[in-house]
Amino acid sequence: MSTDPTARDTSQSTALSHLARSPAGILLTLLTLICAAIWFFPIYWALITSLRSDQATVQEFGMLPTEPTLSGYIFAIVNSELPIWYLNSTIVSVSVTVLVVFMSACTGFAISQLNFPGRRVLWWTILASFMVPITALIVNHFIIIAGVDLLNTHIGMILPMLLSPVTVIVYKQFFDGLPKEFREAAVMDGATELQVFLRVFLPMNWGVTTALSIITFIGAWNSFLWPFLVAQDEKMMTVTVGVSAVQDAYGVAYGRVLAGAVLASLPVALAYLFFQRRVTQAITLSAGIKG
Amino acid sequence: MLRNRRSDLLVAYLLTAPFILVYAWLFVWPVVQMVMLTFTDAPLIGDGKAVGFANYERMFKDPIFFKAIWNTSYFVLLTVIPGTAVALGIALMVSRLGGWLQSAVLAAFFLPYILPVTVVYVIWDWLTNVQFGMLQSVLEWVTGRPVNLWRAIPWFMPSVAVITIWWTNGFSILLFLAGLRNIPKDLYEAAALDGATRWQMFSRITWPLIWPITVLCLTIQLILQLKIFDQVYLFATGGRTQATMVLVQYIYEQAFQKNASGYAATIALALFVIVVVFSVLQFQLLRIRGQK
Repeated sequence: MSTDPTARDTSQSTALSHLARSPAGILLTLLTLICAAIWFFPIYWALITSLRSDQATVQEFGMLPTEPTLSGYIFAIVNSELPIWYLNSTIVSVSVTVLVVFMSACTGFAISQLNFPGRRVLWWTILASFMVPITALIVNHFIIIAGVDLLNTHIGMILPMLLSPVTVIVYKQFFDGLPKEFREAAVMDGATELQVFLRVFLPMNWGVTTALSIITFIGAWNSFLWPFLVAQDEKMMTVTVGVSAVQDAYGVAYGRVLAGAVLASLPVALAYLFFQRRVTQAITLSAGIKG
Repeated sequence: MLRNRRSDLLVAYLLTAPFILVYAWLFVWPVVQMVMLTFTDAPLIGDGKAVGFANYERMFKDPIFFKAIWNTSYFVLLTVIPGTAVALGIALMVSRLGGWLQSAVLAAFFLPYILPVTVVYVIWDWLTNVQFGMLQSVLEWVTGRPVNLWRAIPWFMPSVAVITIWWTNGFSILLFLAGLRNIPKDLYEAAALDGATRWQMFSRITWPLIWPITVLCLTIQLILQLKIFDQVYLFATGGRTQATMVLVQYIYEQAFQKNASGYAATIALALFVIVVVFSVLQFQLLRIRGQK
C-alpha cells in the first residue's frame, strides 16, 4: 500500500471523474445544455426578431432570419429619442456610480478606522437603511425633489439613487479585514489619516472598487421606478424608461421595439461579459459571503 | 498630540460629511416626513389638514389594500421558494462542468439578471403575444387555444412569477455556486471511494452544507419580492389593474394618480413595517450564523 500522497490523489480523482464520464454523467451534461438553451432562448429570440423586417416578424417563425436587416435599429435610432435617452442614462449612471463608490469608500474607511463621536450612530443608521424598503419612500422623495424644483432634471434623478447602504457595508467590512499594522506604520511615518486612506487603503482594494462600480453602474442603468417618476417629458427619460414608451407608441412593430431593447441592454450586457468575475465578486460580497 | 487628534476628527467628518448630508436629507427626513404625512389628507404637492387616524381607519377597511396585500403575498409565494429551488438545481448542474463550458453555460443562465426590467417586459410581451408569440404554440398545446396571459386574471400572477424567476435567478445561482465551491472536494472523493450514490452525496454532504446559503437566498428573495412593482405595472398597463394590484403599485396609484399622498404614505408605512419585520428576522439569522 502506497503512502505517497500524489498516488492517493490520482486514485481518488479517478473515482470522481469516473462518475462524471459515466452514461448518467453525460446525460446530465446534455440536460444542462438543453436547460441553458431554453433559459437563453427568450434573449436569442429577441435578437433574431430585432433583425427582421416588420413584415417578417409576423410571417417568419424560423430560428434564423431569412433576410436579416438593420432597419429596426435604424428606425429606433432615427425616429425615436433613443440617442438622447442614451445620453441621459449615461450621465445619470456614471454620476451615481462615481458618487456612490466615492462616498461609500470614504464613509466605510472612517467608520472602520477612525474614532469619532457619532460613529456608532452613523453605523446603525446605515444598517437601518439597509433593512428598510427605499421604494416605500418614493412619494416623499418626489415631494422633496419637487420642493427644490429638481423634477425633470438629471440632478433630481441622481439624488435619491445615491442611497446605497450595501456599498458602505461592503467597504467597512473590507477595511475591517485589513491588518491594523498598515495604518499604524503609515501614521508612524508621519502620514495623515487622509494620506493613509488615499495612499494605503484605497490602492489595496481596487478589485473591490471595480466590482462595486460595475454592479452600481448596472443597477443605476437598470433602475426604472424613480427615473420613470422624475422624467416628465420624453427628452428627460433614461433608456430603461424609454424602451417601454416606445413599446406603447409602436404597438405591434416588434422588430423596432426589440431593436431598441437590444440597444438599451448593450452597455450592461457588455459590462457583464467583460467583467464576469468582478460581477460575481460584487454579488457574493454584497450578500455577505466569500466567493 | 492634541492638534493631531483634532485634525483626525476633522478628517473623519470631512470623509463622512457628503454621506451624512445625503442620508439626513434623503433617508432620515423622508422617513420622518412619511410618518407625519399619514396623519394628514395632503395632496401630492402642497399641505393638507391634520386628520388624526382617519387614514389608518380607511386603510383597515379598504378592500383594495387587502387585495394588494393578498396579491403581494401570492406573488411572494409563487417566486421565493420555487425560484430558490430552481436556482439550486441550476447551480448543481453548472458546478459539475468545468472550464469554458461552465463559463458559457453560467453566462446563459445569468444574462437575464443584468437586463433592464423594461427589456424583460418587451421580450416576454413579444413571446406571449396572442397572435404571433412563440409561446402561444406551447400554451395552445396545453389549453387548446391561445391565451392572453396579461388579460386573463388567473394567468397573470403565475406568468409574472415565472418571468421574475427567469429574470432575477442569476443572483441566487451565483450565491449557490460560491457555496458549492466552498465545500471541500475530499468529502466527495471519500464518499465516492466508499461507494456512495449520487443521491447520497447530495443528501448527506451537499444539502446540509449548502443550507445556510439556502436560508440566505430565501430571505433575500422574500424581501426583494415584497417590493414587487415594475413587472406587474408594465404587464398590467391597459388592463384591469385593480385585480392584480400589488402594494407598491397601490402606493403609486394613490400618490400619483389619485393625488392622495397622505393615504399613499399610510400604505407605504404598512409596507415599511412588513419589510422591516422580515429584515430584522433576516439580520438575526445572519448574526446567529456569524457567531457560530
